[in-house]
Amino acid sequence: MPALDLLQITKTFNRGTVNEKRALENLSLSLNPGDFVTVIGGNGAGKSTMLNAIAGIWPLDSGSVLLSGKDVTALPEYKRAAYLGRVFQDPMLGTAAGMSILENLALAARRGKRRGLAWEIKKSEQARYQELLASLNLGLENRMTSKVGLLSGGQRQAVTLLMAIIQKPELLLLDEHTAALDPKTAATVLELTDKFVKEKNLTTLMVTHNMQNAIDYGNRLIMMNNGKIILDIYGEEKKKLTVETLLHKFEEISGSEFANDRALLS
Amino acid sequence: MNILSLLGTMPGAIAQGLIWGIMAIGVFLTYKILDIADLTVDGSICTGGAVCVMLLLNGCPLWLSLLTALLAGMLAGLVTGLFHTLMGIPALLAGILTQLSLYSINLKIMGKANQSINVRMHDLLVSMQFLKGVPFYKNSIFVVFLFIAVIIGLLYWFFGTEWGSAIRATGNNPAMSRAQGINTNFNKVIGLMLSNGLVALSGALLAQYQGFADVSMGRGAIVIGLAAVIIGEAVFGRFFTQMYMKLISVAVGSVIYYIVYQTVIWCGIDTDLLKMLSAIVVAVFLGVPFWKKKLSEKYSAKGGKKNAGA
Ligand SMILES: Nc1ncnc2c1ncn2[C@@H]1O[C@H](COP(=O)(O)OP(=O)(O)OP(=O)(O)O)[C@@H](O)[C@H]1O
Ligand SMILES: [Mg+2]
Repeated sequence: MPALDLLQITKTFNRGTVNEKRALENLSLSLNPGDFVTVIGGNGAGKSTMLNAIAGIWPLDSGSVLLSGKDVTALPEYKRAAYLGRVFQDPMLGTAAGMSILENLALAARRGKRRGLAWEIKKSEQARYQELLASLNLGLENRMTSKVGLLSGGQRQAVTLLMAIIQKPELLLLDEHTAALDPKTAATVLELTDKFVKEKNLTTLMVTHNMQNAIDYGNRLIMMNNGKIILDIYGEEKKKLTVETLLHKFEEISGSEFANDRALLS
Repeated sequence: MNILSLLGTMPGAIAQGLIWGIMAIGVFLTYKILDIADLTVDGSICTGGAVCVMLLLNGCPLWLSLLTALLAGMLAGLVTGLFHTLMGIPALLAGILTQLSLYSINLKIMGKANQSINVRMHDLLVSMQFLKGVPFYKNSIFVVFLFIAVIIGLLYWFFGTEWGSAIRATGNNPAMSRAQGINTNFNKVIGLMLSNGLVALSGALLAQYQGFADVSMGRGAIVIGLAAVIIGEAVFGRFFTQMYMKLISVAVGSVIYYIVYQTVIWCGIDTDLLKMLSAIVVAVFLGVPFWKKKLSEKYSAKGGKKNAGA
């Protein structure tokens, strides 16, 4: 059974106003369990909107979202969270700044479970969190009670990534999660991502503006334009891709030049 | 001006400060934990007082009157919460709408603008008369102190639980909370209910203490609550980082507020000006962090290298 099924989803923003914008147009996509898919496309192509549609930030115009065969189209965002791990572009967005690293991890460990009147931070969990933090190799295992707001953007993003996978999600959604980081930190977080995805065999959708990353990571690449998927490349064929052929294909299919102000073409 | 007369007013100031401390803890829950400025409190503090006084006047047992006052406050919080989450009204406006309706409701509860209750005819828990010449366990300062201790204990426990942590996360970062499966709307409503329940309980104690409930007794309550939160933070913020410490500092902040208040009156300041002075003090304290940040940014932009972005 596919891990994710998007069935002809359409989303229009500001319907009926001069700002009306069709951000997704009859988009369908099916991911096999364990697929690690990189997503590229120009500014406003609809990449973030597709991820938000899966996460259920707002209702769709039409179409359905299925996670491992379950139709979640009608579920609100907080209920779908049970199946998803998410990391956002803005490092500030994924963690609660005023709470400690430990508290943030404990919150994530309860994703999709009932939150009752049991004590939040159990001694028994602490050892596990410490181990997980140590696996980041950022020294955070010794700062478990520090407020997350005191961490750097890269450290926060690494913690967010850990929160996303602390309970194995059915689908991991990464929206340019390294874009706000300096190149060295970005590389570190990307390596961590790859490690976790492989270790846990996570089905993953990773939006990136870095064409080379999109080629180097994952087993499948999709390119979006105008709310549609215009290119979908798997396995062996993907391994042979170069940035140049990708750009060329984009121009061929869309009839325009690839425009993304943040795109790194090399 | 005689220092002894000032000292004579201190037990009263402390008792009042503690009673308002319960209210300020309620404000802390919304303002600091949920990150909502909830103006419902100006109305719900009176609702608590009105409900309690009317029940007592009609022969209802003390504990039941207090409990009902608390529940009435929670109901007010529920209304504001639903205005906000279900109807999408901004929190500030939602609070104002509830507050305005509570003015009518409070009048209806009391039947008129003011209802007094005589401590000699009714068995009250706290009263201005119970500050001296009574055994210590009847002393209003002691009684309210016990209330606050229990409330802080309960809140400390609650906000350490899974549910309580989810509420803290909701105020801290709603987007993250939803991504972690937390129903932020539900938690906001619960937070508003808890807060207004405490505020109404404070109103119930206040009405007993002063011997009457009055439809305007809550005017500017939010400012007093905020002042207590801010004073507590200014005095203890550096060292008090744990939840229970913060709650204690809010209560102490409220007591400090009333001690200063009494002192200002003792100095002979026109009491008509007191509300304005409170507002100015709060405005200044709220402004200080903003300007601190602004100045430090300006300074670092000049001095340090500017971050050009990725
Ligand atoms: N909440 C919203 N309200 C209105 N319009 C929106 C909203 N979110 C996205 N859009 C519009 O939908 C279109 C697709 O946006 P989206 O953010 O999905 O693009 P993207 O592919 O992620 O681009 P980028 O590379 O710039 O992040 C854009 O035209 C954008 O302006
Ligand atoms: Mg985007």
